[in-house]
Amino acid sequence: MRSIQYEAPATVDEAVARLAEAGDKARPLAGGTDLIVQMRSRLISPEVIVDVKNIPELLQVSEEGGGFRVGAAVPGAVLGENEAVVAMWPGVVEAFELIGSTQIQGRASLGGNLCNGSPAADSTPAMIAAGVTCEIAGPNGRREAPVEDLVTAPGETSLGRGELVVSFFLPPRPARTGDAYLRFIPRTEMDIAVVGVGVCVTLDDGGTCTGARVGLGAVAPRPLLVPAAADALVGTRLDDGAMANLAAAASAACNPIDDKRGTKTYRIKVAGVLARRAAGIASERARSN
Amino acid sequence: MAKRHVTTTVNGEPREFLCEVDQTLLDALRDELGLTGSKEGCGSGDCGACSVMLDGRLVCSCLALAVEAEGREVETIEGMADGDRLHPLQRTFLEEAALQCGICTPGFLVAAKALLDRDPDPSETEIRYWLAGNLCRCTGYDKIVRAVQKAAVEMRAEA
Amino acid sequence: MSDSASGFKWVGTRPVRPDGLDKVTGRANFGADFTMPGMLVGRILRSPHAHARVAGIDASAALAVPGVKAVVTAEDFPEIPDGDLMVGEGPMNFRDLSCNVMARGKVLYDGHPVAAVAATSRAAAEEALDRIRVDYEVLPHVVDVLEAMEPGAPLLHENLFTEGVDPKPDRPSNVASRVEFSLGDVEAGFAEADVVVEGEYTTEAVHQGYIEPHAAVASVGEDGHCTVWCSSQGQFMVRAYCAKLLGVENSRIRVIPSEIGGGFGGKTTIYVEPVALALSRKAGRPVKIVMDRDEVFRATGPTSSTHVKVRIGATKDGRITAGDTELRYQAGAFSGSPVQLGCMTAFAPYHLDHVRAVGYDVVVNRPKCAAYRAPGAPMAAFGVESALDELAGKLGMDPLELRLANAAREGTKAAYGPRFRQIGYVETVEAALAHEHYRAALGPNQGRGVASGFWFNIGGQSSAAVHVNEDGTAVVVDPNPDIGGSRASMAIMAAEVLGIDYDRVRPIVPDTSSIPYSDMTGGSRVTFAVGMAVVEAAKQVVEELRSRAAKVWDVDVDGVVWENGEARPASSNVGEFEPLSLAALAEGSAKTGGPISGQATINARGAGPGFGTHVCDVEVDPDTGRVTVLRYTAVQDVGRAIHPSYVEGQLQGGAAQGIGWALNEEYVYSEAGTLENPGFLDYRVPVASDLPMIDTVLVEVPNPRHPYGVRGVGEVPIIPPLAAVANAIRHACGTRMNHLPASPPRLLAALDAAKLPEAAD
Repeated sequence: MRSIQYEAPATVDEAVARLAEAGDKARPLAGGTDLIVQMRSRLISPEVIVDVKNIPELLQVSEEGGGFRVGAAVPGAVLGENEAVVAMWPGVVEAFELIGSTQIQGRASLGGNLCNGSPAADSTPAMIAAGVTCEIAGPNGRREAPVEDLVTAPGETSLGRGELVVSFFLPPRPARTGDAYLRFIPRTEMDIAVVGVGVCVTLDDGGTCTGARVGLGAVAPRPLLVPAAADALVGTRLDDGAMANLAAAASAACNPIDDKRGTKTYRIKVAGVLARRAAGIASERARSN
Repeated sequence: MAKRHVTTTVNGEPREFLCEVDQTLLDALRDELGLTGSKEGCGSGDCGACSVMLDGRLVCSCLALAVEAEGREVETIEGMADGDRLHPLQRTFLEEAALQCGICTPGFLVAAKALLDRDPDPSETEIRYWLAGNLCRCTGYDKIVRAVQKAAVEMRAEA
Repeated sequence: MSDSASGFKWVGTRPVRPDGLDKVTGRANFGADFTMPGMLVGRILRSPHAHARVAGIDASAALAVPGVKAVVTAEDFPEIPDGDLMVGEGPMNFRDLSCNVMARGKVLYDGHPVAAVAATSRAAAEEALDRIRVDYEVLPHVVDVLEAMEPGAPLLHENLFTEGVDPKPDRPSNVASRVEFSLGDVEAGFAEADVVVEGEYTTEAVHQGYIEPHAAVASVGEDGHCTVWCSSQGQFMVRAYCAKLLGVENSRIRVIPSEIGGGFGGKTTIYVEPVALALSRKAGRPVKIVMDRDEVFRATGPTSSTHVKVRIGATKDGRITAGDTELRYQAGAFSGSPVQLGCMTAFAPYHLDHVRAVGYDVVVNRPKCAAYRAPGAPMAAFGVESALDELAGKLGMDPLELRLANAAREGTKAAYGPRFRQIGYVETVEAALAHEHYRAALGPNQGRGVASGFWFNIGGQSSAAVHVNEDGTAVVVDPNPDIGGSRASMAIMAAEVLGIDYDRVRPIVPDTSSIPYSDMTGGSRVTFAVGMAVVEAAKQVVEELRSRAAKVWDVDVDGVVWENGEARPASSNVGEFEPLSLAALAEGSAKTGGPISGQATINARGAGPGFGTHVCDVEVDPDTGRVTVLRYTAVQDVGRAIHPSYVEGQLQGGAAQGIGWALNEEYVYSEAGTLENPGFLDYRVPVASDLPMIDTVLVEVPNPRHPYGVRGVGEVPIIPPLAAVANAIRHACGTRMNHLPASPPRLLAALDAAKLPEAAD
């Protein structure tokens, strides 16, 4: 009968060493809300489980360079209680807190949500919009990568053998900048996103958009950064025309599938609807910042 | 496959058990410790019937490994009443007929207590969203929400 | 509505349920909570194919896995001849049941059991399942009800010839039967009509969605005596069905019921129990089988997906002249969809001279349907009540006024045969019309829908006993598993008859050896029929108490009356005696003739039909197709509410299930015929934040055939919501959803298709 090892190292180096040694047979465990379900349904059968929750760095939330460093294993419930982070990047925190139930929030992490590799992960489009980067530790040291570069295909990431996402850097928020995330699910809770849209906009004193980022989830094999959608906003005063262009660009960027959660047509249309609505919220926030 | 030895605290008491690495906390509570009040409705974190507190956080015990309980504190439905004194939520669930079949009830109670411990005066909407991870197929939630509201009023009056 | 104005002491009050404490402390034992020393873990191997011939099963490698103690396949169950047998509550095809529990020759749906293993651990059992080699020859499959009826559709059973058509067909098909109910001359009725509405309506398969998966522990002794601990809607049903499937006498099996974590009809049959018994018989040790959630969805009873045609004609002033409907219900892999009940209930709320309902029961490659709360009725009502809404629109009539004008009343002859006695349908419509909700203002993109529903309710074979304890308390032995508070209503009725405090009455749910047979918990029958048995048994106790008091006083028993829990002299002529309480008589019972007890066995008739009328407000997001239920009111004639809180709970729970059916619940099959959403993540039952409070109005038109006026209440409330929600959507956005669930992608597609801007009415 197959045997499983469980290890709970206290340092990143130990965790990386163990993950590098076991390669594909190892899985890091943070909140376990994806990993344990996949093990139970026998989708995966890891031989080594590396619990990263005994590593202080992965559980920390700290200020850094005017922004925040958030450990990859910090649960949603903890980040949601951090008023400073909520005030700076409400869209990112809202997206994180949309994952699953209150119970899931007690465990689920940003690192897990990203590295699970689901195109529909809620926190990913929001982090993409906010320009979040992640710090990755590996056998050859550490590197920093934008969130949009992590997921390459459903269930697959650009992480190399032994690499572990250690933390996320939420950059300092520029003046008059606001972010927002909206997703569509059939119920009010407990579903996987059918469409997810993160939008971040920066305005000048006169209310003209000087910068924007738009992230899309669940509409393509991986979460997307959509420059064309951002371009539809930059230089405008976010008038109806700009919003319509945003919606069209967001829809145009979709490359979805028909599945049990929604049709292609539906996803393409609703991506535009939510982009417009999220941009509305983000710009309200930008104006009050 | 060698079992792991786990030392933990359950409902304030020190407990030890042996478990497989891939055994969930729910299975360990039920099968190793005989605490069958936590129920398995789905095994995937979608129904909340296995809700427990782990180091003061509400979690699904079907989505935690038993080995993760090492050195930590677990609270289950069995620890909710204070001796023969029911928690106000347990009492209001009975008074308001907030259970029909009762299989989801332990999970709802643990989750609702976690809510009132952090927010003594939640709105109806807050109660509904907080409890969205607990499925009840019998009641349509109406009487559950009312029972939580009533317990909140009583607990505020006592505080 | 219920209060002490009725003159009752306990009936109509809301005491805490007797089993409540155990259920809020985690102490109550449900199906999966029972264990035995030496118990093995049973797991079931299931077909990954929708339809395949099983050419062979090789379990030798599985038996070699350390810890594996037994493997069973269909070979371990006796082959049962085709045809129906009468057992307990009615005809049952045990060959189908046996083949559903363990496939024989062919697998007929994704999830169909083909083998089972008992081992010392779950891991060993799972490994053994992996090593069982099943040789499948995959066959073409069909999961859609209309496609299954086409000539040339993949055939599930070569020996299935449509019943109910004359002459009997000479070729097999997937149509198991055709049924027809009619009254008057439908075409003559349409000839009288000024307005005719027609529509076709489709519903998807939904699951009962009980939170507790099926679970059983079985132990077979060396002498062949069997014990089963399990969660079900009837321990006597489990005993009878397991006995037939294993080929043993009923008396060889004792079934001990656990608490039941929801059923809604889905636990009126067996799945894991006979498999656990067969494994235990082979392994010589107790075996426990607990289903995983995906097994529950893949292989236990959903209800039918359906296709319903409706045609209704009416005069300009709103008198319905004819109603005609054709129902096609999918039964899953074996015949037995609830289409007949759909036919019988479709037009039942209305007084029609000309009405016809034709139904087809169709097999497809899906799990065998099981009962689901008012089986068959919600889908038929969805069609009829949607069409009535269209009719009201065409006539320019208020939809409730239209229903009132055509309402069934005492004396109405229903299309399915009987003449209604005292019923309360009119009262429910009047209460809905009078409700403040019906006049409340609506905002943009909001709409209000109404719909009604009918359910027969049943009586049936029932037993009960009431024992008086030496301390003056009473035990009510109530043989029906308590799904939603029935212990409380039994205790209330017993306390009412005995005249003692509710807290002095303790109900228990016994095993099959401790009380005579009782039909299942189903058909909304328990509070009515078993309640009658409890009342009867309690009355026997009262008679006995009177005779004991007569003995003590040395008077004729006619000289003793029972009042308020005490024996008293009927008049001063009898003599001057201090009243004797139940407690005093119990204490002295040894001297007056021994223990005091009553037991009743009845076959209850006269279940009062139930009617409900629901009002639903929704808001539609025109850009995403999301429907939000804003407000909901359920009105129902409940006869008399014994414990009003649990009656309200039935209305609220039924409405919530109906709303789920209308909006987001559905079985989704892949091209390969495998179930795509066998979990609570993608099978979307309503969560707390999806629903508003659900207001209830309990109309009480007492059932004259029950001592307290009880009508069954559990099933009616799931019938109106499908149409109530669809009608509300129609009035919110102008689009008629003929296909449920009205999930966001489906509704948005319909909205986009109907883009001709027609103002919502």
